[in-house]
Amino acid sequence: MKLVLVGISHHRAPVELRERVALGRDEAGVLSQVLAAQGGEAVCLSTCNRTELYLAHDDDEEAQARAEGALDAVSGLEPEALAPALYRLRDEAAALHLFRVAGGLDSLVPGEGEILGQVRSAYERGAPGPLLDRLFRQALHVGKKVRAETAIAESPASVSAAAAVLAQQLFGDLEGRRILLVGAGKVSELTARNLLSRGAQIAFVASRTLDRAGELARRFGAEPLPLDGVGEELTLADVVVCSTSAPGFVLHGDDVAAALRARRGRPLFLIDLAVPRDVDPAVHELAGCYLYDIDDLEAVVAESLVGRRREAERAESIVAGEAERFAGWHAALEVVPAIASLRARAEEIRAGELARVEGRLDRLSDAERRTVESVTAGIVNKLLHLPTVRMKQAAVTPDGVVYAHAVRHLFGLGEDER
Amino acid sequence: MAELLFWAALLTYGLAACALVGEARRPGLPGRLAIWGVRAGWLAHTGLLTVQAVQADGFPWSSAGGALTLFAWLVVSAYLIWGCRPRFRLLGLAVMPAAALLLLVGYARGGIGEAPGGTSPLLALHVSLMLGSFAGFALAAGLAAFYLWQERRLKLRRPGILRRRLPPVEGLEYLSARTVAVSLGLLTAGIGLGLASLAGDGGGFDAAMAVTLAAWAVFAGYLALRRAGLHGRRAAYVNLVGFLVVALALPVTHFAP
Repeated sequence: MKLVLVGISHHRAPVELRERVALGRDEAGVLSQVLAAQGGEAVCLSTCNRTELYLAHDDDEEAQARAEGALDAVSGLEPEALAPALYRLRDEAAALHLFRVAGGLDSLVPGEGEILGQVRSAYERGAPGPLLDRLFRQALHVGKKVRAETAIAESPASVSAAAAVLAQQLFGDLEGRRILLVGAGKVSELTARNLLSRGAQIAFVASRTLDRAGELARRFGAEPLPLDGVGEELTLADVVVCSTSAPGFVLHGDDVAAALRARRGRPLFLIDLAVPRDVDPAVHELAGCYLYDIDDLEAVVAESLVGRRREAERAESIVAGEAERFAGWHAALEVVPAIASLRARAEEIRAGELARVEGRLDRLSDAERRTVESVTAGIVNKLLHLPTVRMKQAAVTPDGVVYAHAVRHLFGLGEDER
Repeated sequence: MAELLFWAALLTYGLAACALVGEARRPGLPGRLAIWGVRAGWLAHTGLLTVQAVQADGFPWSSAGGALTLFAWLVVSAYLIWGCRPRFRLLGLAVMPAAALLLLVGYARGGIGEAPGGTSPLLALHVSLMLGSFAGFALAAGLAAFYLWQERRLKLRRPGILRRRLPPVEGLEYLSARTVAVSLGLLTAGIGLGLASLAGDGGGFDAAMAVTLAAWAVFAGYLALRRAGLHGRRAAYVNLVGFLVVALALPVTHFAP
């Protein structure tokens, strides 16, 4: 059984081309089922950055042609238009690629976590058989292992995630922490969602127009506020996210100082994502007050990405080790049936030859017949012993497949079935 | 046997301290090795105390050296409660060298030698409570120092702040205050038993008692001020001052030759 991968990704194809072959989860599942129905196994992985078809089939050329045809059909483009952007990998190279994908090493942001769920979803909706089942199970294992044994996924990769992680550095668990959003734009919302995903609660939304504040507040179950009512709520909120387009400061030093006094020592975390800034930078000097502006957060993200790339180097060695393990298993998949066939063929010949002289063996006593059986079986075993050992040794190396093919060819194994 | 266990504990504590330095430079494997080192050292240390308890006639840690050996064990035990968690590991940078040093000083002062006999159960309990409370104050001071470091990092806003994840500022302050509260309870009970023992012996007020009461006053004041709203850096400094009173004055008054 051969493994074939045909795919397209952000490395070689612009979004105009990728969007032509992008499939929803269910559509990808259907495509897998259709391809598998034509023979072999199939799994389709489709995300915003890639669409990849993994096929397992006895004839790798046929499988590749089928995969390319499927992608052409999905895109609706001429084959010549898509072909230069496609990559085609076989066997161990294909496995290594999937392991890198699952580990987040092939992603735009190294170590991003979403891809592992997408690989799982593709596997669950696909049509895997013994080979792809093993491949995808191992890929999911690799993805988890990379994230557990390296720090690749620990650092934030976006400004909103960095703000949330910094809030955790101050408060620890964000469960039940009250967030005040000042400004009801997209940036605020994105940061709010990141904080929400870590257990925080959006308590207040303030905006220049109360309607706009009300709209966002309704979505989060928060209380809308006018912009000039923010000062009073500083006492109640733990994290304040500012992103208005106001030309001057919205939060002044005096407001924050007064709020801190009323907070009786509870710290306050201010995230200023606005340009021009919404919060007077002097408040950072106040005890118990921590202010991070957009430059601070972008610097944290840039440093995090450097760290992720450093960790990616460690992750590559994990992935390579796993790919080698898969290669050994794949080779054994070819070799073990070849050994079994060889021994079955030898036994068949031995039994056939004894049956041919059955008439002459009738004259032998039971003890003599047992001796003949034993001697012939011994000859077969001794002849096959060394080839069997050598093939088992080769089974854990990529050469195992070559050995298996050679044995099948030399002894004509499987030819009768054809 | 005691000698062997002592050196095993000292060696593993020392190695754990070195591994923690490595953890501070590059988090990961050194930290895990350090925690296993602390655990192994603590087991050897526990073995040492067990051997001492079995061999001694009465309470084996009433001498200065013995008290230091027990104190070091209490400090490491308290550290192990939180120290095993990755985010709290670096607290060991303060705890482990101190524990190794205390163990060594205790050894130099005959901490694993023959224990003086004739210690009353009341006095033994008093010593245990006092040492337990001091170990708690030591840990609380470590947490306060850790708080000041993490708080400073957040104030400095350096890009690499997330390279090393430390415990959250609020959590450190809370843990430090809770540790002081528990330790103050032990100290209060220890002082009460000490006074009862003193009344029985007919002894008088001395410098050691004055320092102990001063430490009690500082930590009680710390808790009262917290209730009144003292938090953050100033609260951490008060905590450290309290520990300094304990660390500097008590050895002089209690253990001076």
